[in-house]
Amino acid sequence: MKLIYVKNLTVARGGMPVLEGLSFDVSSGEILVLRGPNGAGKTTLLRTLAGLQPPYAGTVETAPDAVAYAAHADGLKTTLTVRENLMFWAGVYGGRDIGPALRDFNLDSLSERPAGNLSAGQKRRLGLARLRVTHRPVWVLDEPTVSLDVASVDLFAAAVKAHVASGGAAIIATHIQLGFEETVFDVTPYKARMDVVRDDFDEAFL
Amino acid sequence: MIRLFWRDLTLAFRSGGGFGLGLGFFLILVTLVPFGVGPNSERLMAIAPGILWVGALLACLLSLDRIFALDFEDGSLDLLATAPIPLEGVVAVKALAHWITTGLPLVLAAPALGFLLHLDSAAYRWLIITLLIGTPALSFIGAFGAALTVGLKRGGLLMSLLVLPLYIPTLIFGAEVIRRGAGGFLVATPLAMQAGITAGSVALLPFAAAAAIRVALR
Repeated sequence: MKLIYVKNLTVARGGMPVLEGLSFDVSSGEILVLRGPNGAGKTTLLRTLAGLQPPYAGTVETAPDAVAYAAHADGLKTTLTVRENLMFWAGVYGGRDIGPALRDFNLDSLSERPAGNLSAGQKRRLGLARLRVTHRPVWVLDEPTVSLDVASVDLFAAAVKAHVASGGAAIIATHIQLGFEETVFDVTPYKARMDVVRDDFDEAFL
Repeated sequence: MIRLFWRDLTLAFRSGGGFGLGLGFFLILVTLVPFGVGPNSERLMAIAPGILWVGALLACLLSLDRIFALDFEDGSLDLLATAPIPLEGVVAVKALAHWITTGLPLVLAAPALGFLLHLDSAAYRWLIITLLIGTPALSFIGAFGAALTVGLKRGGLLMSLLVLPLYIPTLIFGAEVIRRGAGGFLVATPLAMQAGITAGSVALLPFAAAAAIRVALR
C-alpha cells in the first residue's frame, strides 16, 4: 500500500527552490533514507512532506493524518516531567497509553524527572518516544540520531523496524548507517538549478 | 485541545512560567501611582478608572510574547501544527489559557487596587464588569500580535507596536464605562461596544493568527 506519493516535487526555502523534480513513493513496510550533503535541502523536503510548508511545484499525496514529524528540536517542555510530556502528546493524538513508548526508548527509570534535567541524548530519546504515541503510519524524521549513543541508536533502529514491520513506513534523513533494509534516496542530483529564470517571482513574498 | 489547555496552565504555574508576572506588574504600577501624583483623593478618584485600565492593558502586554515564542523555540509549534488539532484551535486554547493566567487574576485583584486609588464606590461594579468583558479581547488580540511576530528574534517591540493601537478601543470603552458608572450615567452604549470588540476578537482573530503562524513556520 502506498502511503506517500510524491510527483515532480520542487521544494523551496525562503522562496528559493532548493530541490526540484523529485518523484518517489513510499509503501508500507518501507524505510526511505535521504542522503545528501549539509544544506542540500533534506530538512526542507521533510517539512514539505509533513505539510508544514506547501510544495513550490508538483504534488505530495498522503493519506490524511498519516504523517508524524520529528524535527531537530524535540518540542519538550523543560518544566514538565518525562511522563507529563509524553502524556500530553499522547492526549493530543487521542491516546492514553505511554507504557510501550517509555519501554522502547528505555525511559522508564526517568519518567518522573523534569525534561529540563535530562541529558541531550535522553531528551532526544524522549522526543523520539513521542512518535510511538502518535499512532501515525508514516514517520518523517530529521536527523533522529543526533546526540544518541550507540546503545540508544540501536533502541531507535529497533523501534523503527518494529514500526515498519507493523505496516508503517519511515522517511529518515541521516548520515549514519542504521543497519536496516532501506531504500537510499540521494537528493544531490535533484539540486535546483539557479540559472533558470522563474516567472513566479512574487512567490518569494508569500 | 483540553490537553493543550491544561498543559499551558501547568506550564504557567510551574517555575519560570508566566503566572504572576502580569499581576505583579499591575500591583506595582497601581501602588506607585498615588506616590507619583500625591495623596489628594479627589485627583486620584478622577484618574482611577484610567490608571486601572492602562495598568491592566500593560500587564497583559507584558506576557504576550510568551504565548507562541516559547513553543516556537523548542519546536513544539511545528509539532502542534502537524498534530490532529486545527491550528485555529491551538491559538484559541492558548489565548484562553493566557487569559486565565493573566486577565482573570487582574479582574480579581482590581477591586482591592481600586480602593488604593479611592475609586468611587459606585464604580466597583463597573470596574469588575468591564475588566471581565474587556480582558479576553486583550488576550485574543495579543495572541494575534504574538502570532504575527512569532518567527522574529526580539519581536517584542514590534509586537507591542502592532498590538497597542488595537487595544485602544477596548481601553477607551472600558474606562468610559467606569467613569459613567461612577457618575451615575447610562453605561449601555460603551459597554455594548466593548462587548462587541471582545466577541469579534474571539470569533475572528484565531483564524488570522493561525494563518500568520502557518506563514511563519514555512
